[in-house]
Amino acid sequence: MRPVQPPAEHVHWLFATGVLLLGLCLLAEVFVGSEVWTRRAWRAYLWPGLAFALGVLMWPVMTFYTNSTIHMLAHGAWAELMMFAGAVELARVRGKLHSSAWSLAMAAAFLGSGVAFLVHEQNAWLFMRSAFLHHVLGWTLVAASVFPIARAVRPRSSVAATGFALTFVVLAVILYCDRDVAPVFGHISPLAGAPHR
Amino acid sequence: MNAELVSELELPRHRTARARFITALGPLTALAGAIWAIVQPYRITLLHPHGQGFWWLFVEPPLLVIAVGLFFYFAIVPGLLEDMGEARATSR
Repeated sequence: MRPVQPPAEHVHWLFATGVLLLGLCLLAEVFVGSEVWTRRAWRAYLWPGLAFALGVLMWPVMTFYTNSTIHMLAHGAWAELMMFAGAVELARVRGKLHSSAWSLAMAAAFLGSGVAFLVHEQNAWLFMRSAFLHHVLGWTLVAASVFPIARAVRPRSSVAATGFALTFVVLAVILYCDRDVAPVFGHISPLAGAPHR
Repeated sequence: MNAELVSELELPRHRTARARFITALGPLTALAGAIWAIVQPYRITLLHPHGQGFWWLFVEPPLLVIAVGLFFYFAIVPGLLEDMGEARATSR
């Protein structure tokens, strides 16, 4: 019987595609300004909706890629935080929430996602490529949480907005680099299996 | 030279640079995907499809990057440029 479930790296690549589109939308918004970006309703809802959808899509990941309790908890917490941050941004676009302090929801999502990456990757950095990339993704998200915090403090800061947008582009690049098993910097554990391309 | 006239001339040029950047964003993304496909052709499973399952044929990272770039260019940029022009016209 052929397996219906996609391999783990394909899931990473599909998420990378959504994250890349999100990054491009945010980058465009930085350059044209929020006033122009929100002139059309569908465009205003595009990236918050995408963020929310990525959170919803984390639930199947939690369900089907649960090979340990820590995986299930990490993916579940991650899905909740992404949906929460997406929902907050949707409410801000809708005009239900006004305070810029709500940007801290996205900071919480960044921090939560970063911690989830770090906690559920129990192998060392150089065990195999996916372990290395999970560590990089985790610390990138933890470090990049400074951008949504800066957006909460200084909503008009173009540096914070650009950093926030570029974070998603960087995350997409790292996610696209994910493969099942491959040597990193010449180091690999014999327990990780045969290296692939 | 009238300084006021110079500042009026510089403003549209600055906005045009923004429009150029927005227009270039999609094609640059697609170009990055195309370069990636050339550098790592083995990531395009469609080039050697025999014996591959559905997911290996459906999810091709360089092609996905190209698709995102093209989607952004054709679906998002035209309306954005139109709205930038309208915003510029109303602010004059």
